[in-house]
Amino acid sequence: MASPVPKDTHQTEHDRLIAPGHDFGTVTDTISQIVLQRKTPLGWFIGFGIAFSLMQLLFVATAFLLFKGIGVWGVTIPIGWGFDIINFVWWIGIGHAGTLISAILLLLRQEWRTSINRFAEAMTLFAVACAAFYPIFHTGRPWVAVYWLMPYPNTMGLWPNFRSPLIWDVFAVSTYATVSAMFWFVGLIPDLATLRDRAKSKVWKVIYGMAAMGWRGSARHWHNYETIYLLLAGLATPLVVSVHTIVSLDFATGIVPGWHATIFPPYFVAGAIYAGFAMVLTLAIPLRKFYGLEDFITMKHLENMAKIMMATGLIVAYGYMMEAFMAWYSANPYELFMIKNRMTGPYASSYWALILCNVVAPNFLWAKNLRTSVPFLFCISLVVSVGMWLERFVIIVTSLHRDFLPSSWGIYSGTRYDWAAFVGTLGLFVTLLFLFVRFLPAISIFEMRTILPGAAMGDEEGK
Amino acid sequence: MPQIFHHSTNSLSKFSVFGALFLAVGGLWFLLEVNRSSYVTRAHEARPQPVPFSHAHHVGGLGVDCRYCHTSVDKAAYAGIPPTQTCMNCHSQIWSQSPTLEPVRASYKTDKSIEWTKVHDLPDFVYFNHSAHVNKGVGCSTCHGRVDKMPLVWQEKSLQMEWCLDCHRHPQRYVRPKTEVFNIAWEPPADQEEKGRDLVKEYNIHPRTTCSTCHR
Amino acid sequence: MSAEPGVPVVRVDLSGVRRRLDGTQGRTFWKSLEELAETPGFLEFLHREFPEQASEFDDPAGRREFLRVMGASLALAGLTACTKQPTETIVPYVKAPENVIPGRPLFFATAVTEGGYAKGVLVESHMGRPTKIEGNPDHPASLGATDAVTQAAILGLYDPDRSKTLTSYGEIRSWTTFVDTLRAALGPQRISKGAGLRILTETVTSPTLAQQIKDLLADYPEARWHQYEPAARDNARAGGILAFGEAVEARYSFANADVVLSLDADFLGTGPGAVRYIRDFASRRKITSERPEMNRLYVVESSISVTGASADHRLPVRPSQVEGFARAVAAGLALAVEGGTADHADLVAALVKDLKRTDGRSVVVAGDAQPPAVHALAHAMNEKLGAVGKTVAYTAPVEAESVDRLASLKALVADMLAAKVQVLVVLGGNPVFTAPADFGIAYAMEKVALRVHLGLYDDETAERCHWHIPEAHSLETWSDARAFDGTVTVMQPLIAPLYGGKSAHEVVAAFRADRSGHDVVKDYWRAHLGGVDTERTWQRVLHDGVVAGTSFPEKNVTVKLGEWARVAPPPPAKGVEVVLRPDPSIGDGRYANNGWLQELPKPLTKLTWDNAVLMSPAMAKALGIVTTTNYDGRLENGGKRISTGTISDVVKVKVESRTIEGPAWVVPGHPEGVVTVHLGFGRTRAGRVGNGVGFNAYALRASTALWSATGVEVTKSGATHLVACTQDHWSMEGRNLMRAASLEEFEKNPEIVHEGGEEPPAELSMYPRHKYEGHAWGMSIDLNSCVGCNACVTACQSENNIPVVGRDQVGRGREMQWIRVDRYYEGPPEAPETYHQPVLCMHCENAPCEVVCPVAATVHSDEGLNEMVYNRCVGTRYCSNNCPYKVRRFNFYLYQDWETPSLKLMRNPDVTVRSRGVMEKCTYCVQRINEKRIDSKNEGREIKDGEIKTACQQACPAEAIIFGDVNDPESRVSKLKATPRNYGLLAELNTRPRTSYLASVKNYNPEIRRG
Repeated sequence: MASPVPKDTHQTEHDRLIAPGHDFGTVTDTISQIVLQRKTPLGWFIGFGIAFSLMQLLFVATAFLLFKGIGVWGVTIPIGWGFDIINFVWWIGIGHAGTLISAILLLLRQEWRTSINRFAEAMTLFAVACAAFYPIFHTGRPWVAVYWLMPYPNTMGLWPNFRSPLIWDVFAVSTYATVSAMFWFVGLIPDLATLRDRAKSKVWKVIYGMAAMGWRGSARHWHNYETIYLLLAGLATPLVVSVHTIVSLDFATGIVPGWHATIFPPYFVAGAIYAGFAMVLTLAIPLRKFYGLEDFITMKHLENMAKIMMATGLIVAYGYMMEAFMAWYSANPYELFMIKNRMTGPYASSYWALILCNVVAPNFLWAKNLRTSVPFLFCISLVVSVGMWLERFVIIVTSLHRDFLPSSWGIYSGTRYDWAAFVGTLGLFVTLLFLFVRFLPAISIFEMRTILPGAAMGDEEGK
Repeated sequence: MPQIFHHSTNSLSKFSVFGALFLAVGGLWFLLEVNRSSYVTRAHEARPQPVPFSHAHHVGGLGVDCRYCHTSVDKAAYAGIPPTQTCMNCHSQIWSQSPTLEPVRASYKTDKSIEWTKVHDLPDFVYFNHSAHVNKGVGCSTCHGRVDKMPLVWQEKSLQMEWCLDCHRHPQRYVRPKTEVFNIAWEPPADQEEKGRDLVKEYNIHPRTTCSTCHR
Repeated sequence: MSAEPGVPVVRVDLSGVRRRLDGTQGRTFWKSLEELAETPGFLEFLHREFPEQASEFDDPAGRREFLRVMGASLALAGLTACTKQPTETIVPYVKAPENVIPGRPLFFATAVTEGGYAKGVLVESHMGRPTKIEGNPDHPASLGATDAVTQAAILGLYDPDRSKTLTSYGEIRSWTTFVDTLRAALGPQRISKGAGLRILTETVTSPTLAQQIKDLLADYPEARWHQYEPAARDNARAGGILAFGEAVEARYSFANADVVLSLDADFLGTGPGAVRYIRDFASRRKITSERPEMNRLYVVESSISVTGASADHRLPVRPSQVEGFARAVAAGLALAVEGGTADHADLVAALVKDLKRTDGRSVVVAGDAQPPAVHALAHAMNEKLGAVGKTVAYTAPVEAESVDRLASLKALVADMLAAKVQVLVVLGGNPVFTAPADFGIAYAMEKVALRVHLGLYDDETAERCHWHIPEAHSLETWSDARAFDGTVTVMQPLIAPLYGGKSAHEVVAAFRADRSGHDVVKDYWRAHLGGVDTERTWQRVLHDGVVAGTSFPEKNVTVKLGEWARVAPPPPAKGVEVVLRPDPSIGDGRYANNGWLQELPKPLTKLTWDNAVLMSPAMAKALGIVTTTNYDGRLENGGKRISTGTISDVVKVKVESRTIEGPAWVVPGHPEGVVTVHLGFGRTRAGRVGNGVGFNAYALRASTALWSATGVEVTKSGATHLVACTQDHWSMEGRNLMRAASLEEFEKNPEIVHEGGEEPPAELSMYPRHKYEGHAWGMSIDLNSCVGCNACVTACQSENNIPVVGRDQVGRGREMQWIRVDRYYEGPPEAPETYHQPVLCMHCENAPCEVVCPVAATVHSDEGLNEMVYNRCVGTRYCSNNCPYKVRRFNFYLYQDWETPSLKLMRNPDVTVRSRGVMEKCTYCVQRINEKRIDSKNEGREIKDGEIKTACQQACPAEAIIFGDVNDPESRVSKLKATPRNYGLLAELNTRPRTSYLASVKNYNPEIRRG
């Protein structure tokens, strides 16, 4: 038992990545016991129960959708897209923080990422899973859509329309899902080995053992691991930008006033990271409280994330500003009407609520004392999540419902089945998270070890 | 501590990792093959008919012209299935007592149609027009095969869209002189490609591949 | 949530409207005075009205669909492996009928009758199934065109709700049993010479039927033949008698009329000649910059109508003011006429001058709703103008037996009440529903011992009769009928009666001996057809669809200015007046069960599935009428929970003791102090489609006030009603979509049309331009000829197997019609100009929909069509989002009826029947293009210009729609597109639409100052 070298005494409580008094053993114990503990805490069952039952809503809503048709949703002509695409974009956006943290921060050697990257990546995967539901089921005929969207040599001698942004989506999202999954799993391998070694029951030994793929922590293993992990990080990096860029093109390539804007890609990407970090905070705060991980997910982490949120929030705000400015500057009557309609039309309240959530709220984070207040951060992160949902609502609905010919204007509102599907995906998301924290280490054990003060000596005794 | 896994599991895991990939690819290939197989297309599957009418006998044996029965083949979209009347033209004299022809006579007497089984059956959203093809030098046998050798007719080709498109994209490979259209025994000459090219020019054939040609 | 400044959210605030209009510069077009409500809500109910078929979503069909879907989704494992074709059978003829080539339609000439008058048609028949109705080019009332109602007759034929069995007291009986009963009942009548026998028909123009009834009356001299028609033209008849001393039929030639004055006459919208009149009228509005002459139409009307909407000068007045105006104009024309009103003096003066200017090339038309005096005045004025023989001709009445229908029914009711009637035979019609409220006909009928009803439906009248005989549809019977000009069409059946129906001929024949309709009609004509070889003449008559030379000759009649000219009319009534009119879609109620017509947006109000109490903006404001668009589904509507649509306050309309309640609907340009209600709704036994739709306005109708009543009380009832209206917004937001100019402006500068709308150069596209070696199809729509009659909409619905979706879905903006007629207003709400703009797929050169479809289900063809491939569509709806014209329609549910057998017979076999979850839209009738292309290729020739007609073009009475090859500079469409009036809708988006418009031009009288 090497006692920690007190080299971090000068560190204030605020910029500490890990609380004092920890060594390899304590780190490993605290994290792995969450998974290996004998009895699951009652709280877990309650939370899981709620999430799981919400998830059932998704199945009910979907079955009904297939039974009746898209008509059960609020979509109509002219508002051909509603909750389906709103939620798709929202979920995809949320995923981004995970990739950013794991890939870009890794390449930038940001040590503070280590304690949050694991569940951030998990979040990414689960968010993508929720997002994936919509592109498939928002179609009128999902049973053909799922494979006609794929390019393969079929008997019709037909290929998909590669000019369509929806096809780009198919590739973007599937690539994204694959790479994120790989990245996440590779990162897990050493910890799976730890769990294998520490698991009490034979069953779990075997299960974790299979997943660990014979990891023994030999120098060669570590060497290969480092290489592949870096490679994957390199692969994932462009995805952070590409995926939401392509999603934004769904709109930017359309001629609909309010969609047809070149600013969309950057402003969507920023928005995605914004929403992503909001979600990471929303998850991190209860997690550290519930499992007493305050030592590992310290105030510094929360604060850093808050800063990123603020930065991206301001970029998003700039986006809104430019939209309004361009509408005026372009002197295009349709654009001009669109923005006026957003601000004063039937959906004005949504627009102003969005401004409140996404533009006004993050500015509170300028204040250090607010930025470092956990409850406040939690609230802000929720507000931002809502705000980003509203953003997609405003972009999609207010642009479509009054476009070129006033003769065919309409109005939109989600139906009970729209909401059921949305709440259902939330249920799915949380359910997966609960399973994740229960059966896998929510924080990367071995990476935490590396940031221990003692790690500098390359001390390898892992128990 | 004891090993959880036997030594052999190493190779097993290696195999499963790579095997999965091949399995996926192989599976897809298999499905595509199945989809083109006669199991799905029902090609070369002689369909039972209420009356075992033999094209082999009537066309091959007696040399009855296609248009004797399929009267509207050069006038309309449908080739036309002959009315019972047409059968009775001959069979009121020949084989007028044959038990196999009982359904025909019954139909004629009771004025109830014979319900033949459809052999070449396109989906309802496909609009094929016989006249457009027959009048441009596409022979019967090109699509229907040697019906003069079929006791019970079967579907010769897959009738899948890629098959249609093949001809619409390369008509020269299939067209024949208009005089030969109803010649069931016609065989493409060795220099079909060149001959075809001339015919395409001569008959001013512009096969369209735009969707509304067949789907509307 | 707030709305545009000046217009509060839920309230139609007219001062706001006014401020808005004042505020805007230049042309301000707007659509309806209704504002959007901003109440997004979350509840929705899968309620559904009964469309063309009566299938609820929770029906077996739905379940089957579910299984199919599930099957399909399971099949995903095997990719398309489960698309294996099921085994199907072919059923050939036993003995092939003559000249039937399978797959080639045949066209038969016959007629469809409305109110007794014939409209000549050619019916497309696919191997014995009539599927589509087209106009008969040789028929004077059609000239190849049709109206919406005629188009919808095909659905009427296959309507699954038609009565299918002959019943007695509700029990199914055989025809012979009926005949026996009838003969038994006739026994006593023989003795009494038929004193107790009455026959009630609708208007009869059929020479054969008239002859039959006359023969019958010869057997029973004391028997009586009564005729009743709810929308009868009794006033016109009485007017003729007043003016000429005899009943006449006035026949107009609008093609020769430079100036037309309509005195409350909707000659473009209603009446047996409407289709022909639209053609003639529109022929004078197709102006070019070389030939900028056009006619001028003045309309003085007491309600709203397509005629008024097409007017160059329109004066909305109270019904009681029309006569005063007419008298003023007559006096202006130096006729010895008293009682002219003093108002609108300058208008009258200018009008008179204009009428005189044209020496006889002008005409005055009086409306059927106006009192006889107005008709007499019109006759007098036409005579004075020297119009007789030029723009108007008088003939003998076209009805076989010209009677005052109202008086006729009144007499019948009196006899029934006096228990003088033992046998009543009602041949067609639905008098119990349509008779004036004060007749109490239902009660009177109780006093008749034997009541027989012949009708298409087991309707309100059938309910009151002992015997009901299913009537054969016009397309199922041998019969004959006269057109508005007297021309006879011998009607031949397209199909044997689907439900064993009988024709009036057969029922009347049964009084003596059973005879088939065919024999009856043929015998009559064998006797009356000249010619050496009757059989050949007969064949020719059937083939042509008209009997040559049966059009009535002109009569020489002269007006006698009698007492009526001198007595002043009663002074215009104080207080509110109500105007009653047949509904523009479902007529007097006879088409109430026709889904196509119920869902057809009415020409000016754009209402579907309802009638309403129409009123002027000012009146609505005075009453405090609130109209909102509701989306939260917590609305009680007649006990039914309905989710979306537009809610309006219900008003109570009270005339003497008679009241009705209906939703108020604000109509710009509606006369002040007047409310309009349309008849025909509120049916109780119409069928599954028509029952309980709207309110029954006949309840207001008294024999003393058939068309309008005074002393009306209109009050808010406090309730609200949900109406499905296909428009959502009234303002054009100053967009230059509907181009229009005055004739002056246009003559000065033909380019005025193009001002304020630039077209970017074609090169401004990322994608390479399409090349067209062969044809390149395009369309031109003349907004100056279009009168907004809706014929195109129904024609398209019929040709392209377009489903009906029901009120609820229309309320959600999910209507399916491929072509819609947008209606725009310009100017002050109390007297605006009205414009119609038919909008269908523009088949853009740079189509925004094509790029975004992920599966290439909508693509550009080598002939320039924007194709929609249903079987490839997966239904992302991206194309619709990206379509600036919003002409794409999506099958949100399984709208098509895949179950009802009769409706399957109706479908056009050349067009795919769309299923759930796919997008659809106008295809330029590609099935017709393909047919002609194949024909021309088989015959080794080129397609001739005008050989291909789209369904909308063929139906259009105004010839406003022209389709053709824009690659051929000589084609009609190319020439039209080259004229200065041509412009592209939203062309500034560089979509380069192939459907272009010819701007509207109004021919204002410079001497009349416009409001």
